[in-house]
Amino acid sequence: MTIVVVMEQVPDVVEELAIAPSGTDLDRDAVSYVLNEYDDHALEEALLLAEASGDEVVAVGIDTTGELDQTLYTALAKGARRAIKLTGDFEGTWLSTRAAARLLVPVIQELGPRLVLTGVQAPDDLDGQLAPTLAALLGWPHASVVIGSELVDGVVQVRKELWGGITMTLELELPAVLGVQAARQAPRYVPISRVRQVMREASIETREVEAPDGLVPAVTTLRVPEQAGRAEILTGSPAEIADRIIELLRARGLL
Amino acid sequence: MTQRIAVLVEHLEGQPTDVTFELLGLARRIANTDGASVQAYLFGERVGHLAESLPADSVTVVEHSALHHLAPEPTARVLAALLPADLPRLLLVPNTSLGMDVAAWVAAALEWPLVAYCQALEHRGSRLVATAQLFGGKILADVTLDERPTVIAALAGAFAADAVNPGAPGKIERRDAPAELAALRTRSVVLERPEAADVDITRAEKIVAVGRGIESKDNLELAEQVAQALGAVLAASRPLVDAGWLPRSRQVGKSGLKVKPKLYFALGISGAPEHLEGMKDAELIIAVNKDPKAPIFGVADYGAVADLFEVSEALLERLEG
Ligand SMILES: Cc1cc2nc3c(=O)[nH]c(=O)nc-3n(C[C@H](O)[C@H](O)[C@H](O)COP(=O)(O)OP(=O)(O)OC[C@H]3O[C@@H](n4cnc5c(N)ncnc54)[C@H](O)[C@@H]3O)c2cc1C
Ligand SMILES: Nc1ncnc2c1ncn2[C@@H]1O[C@H](COP(=O)(O)O)[C@@H](O)[C@H]1O
Repeated sequence: MTIVVVMEQVPDVVEELAIAPSGTDLDRDAVSYVLNEYDDHALEEALLLAEASGDEVVAVGIDTTGELDQTLYTALAKGARRAIKLTGDFEGTWLSTRAAARLLVPVIQELGPRLVLTGVQAPDDLDGQLAPTLAALLGWPHASVVIGSELVDGVVQVRKELWGGITMTLELELPAVLGVQAARQAPRYVPISRVRQVMREASIETREVEAPDGLVPAVTTLRVPEQAGRAEILTGSPAEIADRIIELLRARGLL
Repeated sequence: MTQRIAVLVEHLEGQPTDVTFELLGLARRIANTDGASVQAYLFGERVGHLAESLPADSVTVVEHSALHHLAPEPTARVLAALLPADLPRLLLVPNTSLGMDVAAWVAAALEWPLVAYCQALEHRGSRLVATAQLFGGKILADVTLDERPTVIAALAGAFAADAVNPGAPGKIERRDAPAELAALRTRSVVLERPEAADVDITRAEKIVAVGRGIESKDNLELAEQVAQALGAVLAASRPLVDAGWLPRSRQVGKSGLKVKPKLYFALGISGAPEHLEGMKDAELIIAVNKDPKAPIFGVADYGAVADLFEVSEALLERLEG
């Protein structure tokens, strides 16, 4: 049986982000893309499930960046059996979650998996998370903020994290959709030489898809938050900064 | 018919959570301007008595054993069954672990628009504008709402709770559990509390918190030394805990613990909204980060755009030397 993992490249938020002249999207030319970190966890969790159950993992992605191949080959190198890339007239755009879900549903229905795993969230999802959106469209049960799962007797047992270390354990009938926060173990590493080998031996299946309505989120304006006036910036060498910090703490009786 | 601003009441083990009162406060402010009323949706098992503590004009109560812990599928299905007839102007849902599973599901099922990560919602002229935090808090998106009923997933800690207790409890209206609950595909739901921790960071007066900037587990020792030298306890952002470098009991943030120490010294933490949720009310926040645009500087009192290793070494030299 099949477990689908949905994978997405997202702007690297550790880098500087600039807003495009349109004012409603990032300046995509200045963005560098990385795999959404939670997707790496979703893939790991899928591989762990599949190793225990004998299922086949299929990695699926929508190519909004033109760079998705790297992500999909890496998934194959880690143990996914197939990789499917959806392409269309949305390269370089900011796809809404609802639109992504509409593109993914037919592929998921065709593959007929017993589980779909996504990352818990992506930094660009203005209109909510994909896992519950897919669940609503497919009519399947779901849970996100998942930190562990197990397939037992035709159900999936899921650990969903609430807060303060409190977890909810749910039993969902299959098929189900999970939004993965953290795999039960750190995502595996695969050497680049192995990825290169896979690039020679395996191939990514490409599907041309028609873009649905509501393609991009309905943003009025994007802006950078005003932080000025909040933190007083301590300047100087590390030694001077350390002096100032100690001074501040002494002045408040904290040292 | 007056328009309604509806709020999903989140509760855990018989107590409404703080964010519920924040959303009711937000709903009240919007309702006052629009001449609308505030409607609370209270779902659970034997939760009816909570209705009286909710500052809402009306409380719609649905009780059923499947709603005991507000698990994703049952909660979403009840909302999706009630909303098409109730048709509120807005449905406010907390952008928490429980709420995010419900908000997106309901919005997709009903084909209503959704704005998630909402940190502000206000009138601009006759329009409502929602502001969402995106890209790890580095970008804000303003979304002008149209006339359609809209789901808002609002961040915890972003809105002032309703200080006004309307005195008499609002109208309490019990509804039968919708038929959808008979055909659920979510079976048992159990809550588990964490084991007692070695250190309770919520009680610490001083916290040194480290983030991914620390780079490796080995480097944690340096942070531990800084913490000791300052008489502080060591805490961390989520990725370090996920990597297994520190126990879950040391995690600050949305899915970790909320802390309010006298000092929060953040080393190599970007300040993602999920982290800020747990520490932004600390009395004094000092942050060291290489990135001048790191959102942590938006909540810090003092910041240094510097290398955390160099600043840590310099601090240790002075405090220990
Ligand atoms: C449902 C959900 C719940 C979550 N709950 C939590 C939670 O409870 N707590 C939490 O923390 N996160 C939580 N997160 C994760 C959160 O979104 C961020 O991913 C996380 O907070 C980032 O941690 P970080 O700041 O350590 O790492 P990063 O965002 O990677 O930031 C590292 C920072 O270190 C800086 N840096 C790097 N090297 C140096 C150096 N040498 N000197 C100085 N600075 C340096 C960089 O400039 C960067 O700003 C949650 C996410 C989700 C989806
Ligand atoms: N455009 C997309 N293409 C592929 N996968 C996506 C897309 N959007 C969301 N996803 C998946 O859904 C996860 C959560 O994203 P979101 O819920 O949109 O924040 C991502 O980590 C991916 O696994």
